[in-house]
Amino acid sequence: MRELMKGNEAIAEAAVRGGCRAFFGYPITPQNEIPEYMSWRMPEVGGCFVQAESEVSAINMVYGAAASGARVMTSSSSPGISLKQEGISYICGAELPCVIVNMVRGGPGLGGIQPAQSDYFQTVKGGGHGDYKMLVYGPATVQEAVDIMYDAFDKADKYRIPVMLLGDGMLGQIMEAVEIPKMKDSASFPKKEWATDGTGVGEKRRVINSLYIEPDVLEAINHKLFDVYSELEKHEVRFEEYLTDDAQTIIVAYGTVARIAKSAVNLLRAQGIKAGLLRPITLFPFPTLAIEKLAKKKNVKDFLATELSMGQMVEDVRLSVNGKKPVRFFGRTGGNVMLPEDIVNAVLEGK
Amino acid sequence: MSVVYKKSKMLTDTPFHYCPGCTHGVAHRIVAEVLEEIGAEGNVIGIAPVGCAVFAYNYFNCDIQQVAHGRAPAAATGAKRCNPDKIVFAYQGDGDLASIGTAEIVHAAARGENITVIFINNAIYGMTGGQMAPTTLLGQKSTTSQKGRSAIVNGNPIRVSEMLAVLDGPSYIERVSLGDVAGVIKAKKAVKKAFENQKAGKGFSMVEMLSTCPTNWGMLPLDACTFVKKEMTKVFPLGVFKDI
Amino acid sequence: MEEKIIIAGFGGQGVLSLGQFIAYSAIEEGREVTWLPSYGPEMRGGTSNCSVVVSDLQVASPIISSPDFLIAMNKPSLYKFQMKVRPGGCIIVNASLIPDKVERTDVRVLYINAQDLAIEAGNSRTANIVILGVYIKQSGLFDKEKVLHVIEKKFASKPKVIPANIKAFELGYAI
Repeated sequence: MRELMKGNEAIAEAAVRGGCRAFFGYPITPQNEIPEYMSWRMPEVGGCFVQAESEVSAINMVYGAAASGARVMTSSSSPGISLKQEGISYICGAELPCVIVNMVRGGPGLGGIQPAQSDYFQTVKGGGHGDYKMLVYGPATVQEAVDIMYDAFDKADKYRIPVMLLGDGMLGQIMEAVEIPKMKDSASFPKKEWATDGTGVGEKRRVINSLYIEPDVLEAINHKLFDVYSELEKHEVRFEEYLTDDAQTIIVAYGTVARIAKSAVNLLRAQGIKAGLLRPITLFPFPTLAIEKLAKKKNVKDFLATELSMGQMVEDVRLSVNGKKPVRFFGRTGGNVMLPEDIVNAVLEGK
Repeated sequence: MSVVYKKSKMLTDTPFHYCPGCTHGVAHRIVAEVLEEIGAEGNVIGIAPVGCAVFAYNYFNCDIQQVAHGRAPAAATGAKRCNPDKIVFAYQGDGDLASIGTAEIVHAAARGENITVIFINNAIYGMTGGQMAPTTLLGQKSTTSQKGRSAIVNGNPIRVSEMLAVLDGPSYIERVSLGDVAGVIKAKKAVKKAFENQKAGKGFSMVEMLSTCPTNWGMLPLDACTFVKKEMTKVFPLGVFKDI
Repeated sequence: MEEKIIIAGFGGQGVLSLGQFIAYSAIEEGREVTWLPSYGPEMRGGTSNCSVVVSDLQVASPIISSPDFLIAMNKPSLYKFQMKVRPGGCIIVNASLIPDKVERTDVRVLYINAQDLAIEAGNSRTANIVILGVYIKQSGLFDKEKVLHVIEKKFASKPKVIPANIKAFELGYAI
């Protein structure tokens, strides 16, 4: 049944249905509905909820729970996610599965509380120390966020990596009709033989660790991690193309901005301008090949990347286009959100 | 030939890396023996810190997580909440627990998390080479307080047991000394109580162990033991600070 | 079909819930809808607004540049948004709080004494539901019975207030 739900609450319920049974978080706007929802929902399904003393502590509670085999998540917004970076690096180093939600707000510093996409670099380029990646999604609608969240724990378990859902403030606050799939059966979840659930002893003792003092051992671990990331690049890339077949201008946008861009494409088409939209759904792995393919097409004349930032994802668009066509950028920041007409004008300026 | 002493089966066969005269090994043995005595084998999740005890994951014969500096009580919280029937302990040094991880230990204690914390206080950063710790005594020399710790320049040492004892959350807090045999015997009793408390669901228990660091103190092991007994106990008095 | 509505007023005037009633009603009609609130300091007593887009297709932009309807519950809201309404659009003015007249001539304007009608309905806090009735009538996209059903459902935990809210809706709808 379709229900009208706020993004944050729908995401929380989808996590529960996807098997999440532990939540650790700390209040920060604009994601508070997620911990608020989990605080009553977790006990209801036999899970646990702790409001931690800090985001630092919350992510380390996630570490402890994930290491002991739980389906666990945390959520926060930009300044809080910065604090979690240490923990995320350790989680990646120790190959622990978990899910992290970032409802991005403007920065740097305390910034603002309005929507932004200025955490793209921090998220896909590794905000913490060391060579690591996460599986990162940038959903555009509440339904898409729900569907991604519902399967996020399966993906995290499959690859033993953190999955991040990168929303902007709008995605958390917006209400839309959604259908949340039914509760997953925990009996179907893969057994975690590696988990330190306390039963290990002697030969069967398990150690969760990210310390490798021997250079050759650490290097081997680095390669092992990157083997996983190349698996992601092979199997997990997701994107949507809208009216790109005959398009001369390709707009690239993700998240809520992609919806505004879609309206802009419609407005441009109404004026007889052949615009199309490429919307990355996974931000890592990035749809590099899809963009490269478009860049090679004769009818494609140029690209416009549009974001709620000073220009972050545009760098990955440029790497993908690799000089074949001009790539321009249009962004709004500070919590300001562009209108469809603003994107139309940005496209027209390039004509 | 009869066996008069053997290694606890809750320790692995990996030789300790600790320096000669360091009491980490004694502390490890106490924890392992207690885990064995309470029948916890195959039912334990250990949390190893960053610091000299970072390699604790090589020594304890149980599932164990090595975690970020100072965050052991948070990771222990996550592990225990998701595995309430398991014995969960965090093993931390003074830099880990009393400096970078103060928020985590205070709040785990305040929440009354049903975990056991072993706190090794040797008044120095050992692993990184003898820098000043939050528990370094006034006048004590370290590589970052070379003329001796000054209250004006470096601030005063922190008494963690006393500090946590004022909270409502903890069920048991005791400070013991590993400086002599009598202290070690007392320490084992304290650790046993701390684990039995967890088994009984009584909540947060912590045993602070005054320990030696002959290498970074620049002392012979016996002198280090004397320093623990004579100097450290003046600033860090032994005793039970909370027991409910 | 796509209809875009901006609803604005003081925090506490039921601006966000008015938008939600429209959104719930749209779902009852089997339509797509987005409800996007302004969030942050506004929720602590300042001004508050939300954007609602009702559509037959999945809503692309939830951000509205030129609304079909503006519901202005207080004076600052009227001045903030009135020039954005598309020509031929409609402005519903809460005349109980706004003495001013809309200066534009290319839009329809309805001046509603929402506060008086709410009191007539028996509950002074139903001014937003009076306005809901006005909007539903003007929009023409909604089946009145379905909206009444939504009102009953949403107040199910406080059955005492249902009659006044139904009356408030009817008073608005009758205009």
